[in-house]
Amino acid sequence: MVMISQRNPLSSSTSKMSKLTTSSSELDLDRPNIEDYLPTDSIPQPHAKLRLRDLLDISPTLTEAAGAIVDDSFTRCFKSNPPEPWNWNIYLFPLWCLGVVVRYGILFPGRVLILTIGWIIFLSCYIPVHVLLKGHDKLRKRLERALVELICSFFVASWTGVVKYHGPRPCARPKQVFVANHTSMIDFIVLEQMTAFAVIMQKHPGWVGLLQSTILESVGCIWFNRSEAKDREIVARKLREHVEGYDNNPLLIFPEGTCVNNHYTVMFKKGAFELGATVCPIAIKYNKIFVDAFWNSRKQSFTTHLLQLMTSWAVVCDVWYLEPQNMKPGETAIAFAERVRGIISARAGLKMVPWDGYLKYSRPSPKHRESKQKSFAESVLLRLEEK
Amino acid sequence: MGNTSSILTQYDIEEVQEHCNNTFSQQEIVSLYQRFCQLDRNSGGFISADEFLSVPEFAVNPLAQRLFRMIDGLNFKEFVAFLSAFSSRATLQHKVEYIFKVYDSDGNGKVAFSDLLDVLRDLTGQFISEQQREPVLTQVLEEAGYKKDSILVLSDFMKILGSNGLKMEVEVPVD
Repeated sequence: MVMISQRNPLSSSTSKMSKLTTSSSELDLDRPNIEDYLPTDSIPQPHAKLRLRDLLDISPTLTEAAGAIVDDSFTRCFKSNPPEPWNWNIYLFPLWCLGVVVRYGILFPGRVLILTIGWIIFLSCYIPVHVLLKGHDKLRKRLERALVELICSFFVASWTGVVKYHGPRPCARPKQVFVANHTSMIDFIVLEQMTAFAVIMQKHPGWVGLLQSTILESVGCIWFNRSEAKDREIVARKLREHVEGYDNNPLLIFPEGTCVNNHYTVMFKKGAFELGATVCPIAIKYNKIFVDAFWNSRKQSFTTHLLQLMTSWAVVCDVWYLEPQNMKPGETAIAFAERVRGIISARAGLKMVPWDGYLKYSRPSPKHRESKQKSFAESVLLRLEEK
Repeated sequence: MGNTSSILTQYDIEEVQEHCNNTFSQQEIVSLYQRFCQLDRNSGGFISADEFLSVPEFAVNPLAQRLFRMIDGLNFKEFVAFLSAFSSRATLQHKVEYIFKVYDSDGNGKVAFSDLLDVLRDLTGQFISEQQREPVLTQVLEEAGYKKDSILVLSDFMKILGSNGLKMEVEVPVD
């Protein structure tokens, strides 16, 4: 009796692909030499006379295209890899059913209760502090910070989060920025429970957006809208102001720009690396033993994702606070970003792929196709000269 | 097999295998099916333009548009047949026929100078000017014994491409 794990029906209700536009020049600047990673055997051998066969033989280009259709590294980054089903024979299945009963019937209500208590405590402390201590900014900020850390701990408890923190805890100093790899919005909660970071996030709709505009505002968060190109300069300016400010909470940025499935890292956006601040990398790796913590935003809403976490046994993860890095003399922001990405990927055991995460929402720029065309054209002309 | 139920039965697999002349093993067909479902995000039973072009590696390929015209709206069986030319078990004849089909966009079995020029344009883009492209192609054609206004058919392609064998293989990842 073999149980095959059922695939979730693919719904695109939360898809953000409402407009696939050709990417603006910003994406070009963010991307280092992608041609180095793409296969280049579509260039015919140099220094041999050009024959009809060479022009007619498009098999290398076709092979690349078919290879991309069959398997490509970009889609692999966003593929959910749920844990292997283990309920596949006659005595494991009843055990698994018992587990389902315990998870949904006992653990889940317990967790909802804990979370409710947490919210009640939080709101009953936060609202008075926020309203009454309007004049005493320093004290208010300190209390609000502690309260945000508290509610995040309640959240983590509500999924029975087993989080192991390695390395020195972050401290609040000016001219420093924290960057981490991104798997789900819970990354933020996991990190926030230890230190009250100010984070830069995409503005979400629904109850998440409400939380963003009220509570997270008090820790100093910055919002942006992915689809607005003009937003970039405003956001860059806000980032710089925050980093240079003295009393602000340490800033946390997820330079991948989108959630990736915790097996790969996509290219880091250079915005965090050109602020002239020290970059402190944080690596987060989730253990898939009980549940896959990757939030596949195309497949499920955040609420569904949270519910899935709350009805599983535990969320296990490791957080490593790594050595702060400074830009080396002569290093560009992009090279710096790639270096830090290498450090984080090495620590968390992730593979690096040369794609921009925003390709989830837009098409690659024509620059790449043009560079392939250019190399082919040059070799044709070169070989034409040969005798 | 028009709908995209997530589970393939043994009958389905055998039907697809027969349709592609046994160029793929049963395991490869299962992998291809998983891939098809992964690309077909809205479960329409076929992969649309947007879904293909959302694979960046495919979208940056110079021949993407041309291939896309051939692959648009295919259901899974036809999708596998389309990819069968890239299997290691495909014959040389099959591969050459495939290349011929890419050139022969109107499907009339004849490839004219304009078809050759179109593909060359796709491959070289703006890096060879229109005025340069024609003489290059004409020169190379004449050296091979054809004239500018010759119409090439499949047997010509076999003769030109078939002599040294063709390296056109894609490995289907099997879990």
